[in-house]
Amino acid sequence: MPSTILPGWAERCGTMVLAGTFALMSATVSAEPISPERMASLDHLLHQDCGSCHGMTLQGGLGPALLPERFTDWDIESIADMILYGNPEKAMPPWEGLLSQADARYLAERIKSKGPNR
Amino acid sequence: MTNFRNLLRIAAVVTVVLLSASGAPRADIALYGTGDLGIVIERAAGSVVIIDTTDVTARSRVEGLGDLSHASAVFSRDGRYAYVFGRDGGLTKVDLLRARISKRIVQSGNSIGGAISQDGTLIAVSNYKPGGVRVFDAKTLDPVADIPADMGDGTLSKVVGLVDAPGQQFIFSLWDAGEIWIADFMDRAQPKIRKYKNVGKNPYDALITSDGRYYVAGLFGEDGLAKLDLWAPDKGVARILDHYGRGEEKLPVYKMPHLEGWAKAGDYLFLPAVGHHEVLVVDANTWQEVTRIPVHGQPIFAVARPDGRQVWVNFAHPLNDTLQVIDVPTMQIAQTYTPGKAVLHMEFTPRGEQVWVSVRDEDRVDVYDTRTMKVIKSIAADKPSGIFLTARAGRIGL
Repeated sequence: MPSTILPGWAERCGTMVLAGTFALMSATVSAEPISPERMASLDHLLHQDCGSCHGMTLQGGLGPALLPERFTDWDIESIADMILYGNPEKAMPPWEGLLSQADARYLAERIKSKGPNR
Repeated sequence: MTNFRNLLRIAAVVTVVLLSASGAPRADIALYGTGDLGIVIERAAGSVVIIDTTDVTARSRVEGLGDLSHASAVFSRDGRYAYVFGRDGGLTKVDLLRARISKRIVQSGNSIGGAISQDGTLIAVSNYKPGGVRVFDAKTLDPVADIPADMGDGTLSKVVGLVDAPGQQFIFSLWDAGEIWIADFMDRAQPKIRKYKNVGKNPYDALITSDGRYYVAGLFGEDGLAKLDLWAPDKGVARILDHYGRGEEKLPVYKMPHLEGWAKAGDYLFLPAVGHHEVLVVDANTWQEVTRIPVHGQPIFAVARPDGRQVWVNFAHPLNDTLQVIDVPTMQIAQTYTPGKAVLHMEFTPRGEQVWVSVRDEDRVDVYDTRTMKVIKSIAADKPSGIFLTARAGRIGL
């Protein structure tokens, strides 16, 4: 965000984005709830299977690290899209077909917020 | 009197314990070899289990090896030490007889594998971060050489497919740069580097044939394989098997196939396809494709029983609960097993009567009799991945 923006505006803007994300999330969640069991299984997938390329502790491998600091400029939607549709230029496969929208969004949140801790 | 005898017994026990703690020679160390030993990587716990393939048991556990996700190992030529390469750049020398770490260094930020030189005196590690190869003295783990994988503009490439080759050479591929390099360590103070450029886009792994003649790199970014004949290094890198690769219908690849385990059985090489549910059979003399065998999922390892009669195959997520066996004479699937979630690795005993299979999510290593095709024993291990037996010590490229 440009530095000339007034702090108050930036704050409000942030709140709006946040509110928007929550609205989107709750819409998805109500359509496709993620159970605690599913969350656990997605956490497992993140470390063990995404970990095949990104490292079990998400510090990176053949693929880049999946740590929050790398995703400061990414919103949840973009990360979820990368998970679902992949990057044909790189070795990142599309996980669409194995993961639902809600799964991808959960993983995106997880990557952006929680860091390498299991 | 009884009390006195008990005291003596206690004294004797204390002496033995003191001796073993101080590292003094122990009869049990002197009295066995390591030819039937090996290690199982416990990837999440950062430990290894020392296994015995004669008694089919786990002997002991060695802890404190760091991040062992995607770990591999090579062995000293006397079979006593395992050199374990961890994801976190850790290089750990494990004493199989004393069941403890004899030396450990963290040599980079992120590494992928390693190799031991022909004469057993050098250990090379391939690194993602910083991209390149570092070489260490096998005895002391002191640094010997640093080979940054400079792409020409100062940026460093991730390095994959590092193997040893005859003539005290290490050969490796540069993922980002699309190059193959040979590092000749005949003079360890002044290694000679030879670079082959433009070998293809994104080499992801490589193998060296067991005679040490051909180095072959798989390409992720395009079809075909890059082949280097080490008996004629001046001829350069040739492209082979133009139909091998992701093909026209590029399927998502959930895990890179491993080429180190590429199976040579008789006149044939068995290669895991990239993305496709197939194992390719290639004539090892002409490097032409012979046939494709449909399999359960995206193959990761295709490993031949040492006599070449069977090839065992495991698969990528989400079909990684299955293990298949190809019967080589008929080129058919002879057996399909479902041992459980995340079948990660297979290792044969040197003469092939057993194969050890790690089943990560079941916390189990299953030992199969390859004649009766039945599990003879299961051994508990914490999230087991790679299995490495000391017989590798005597083999080129392993």
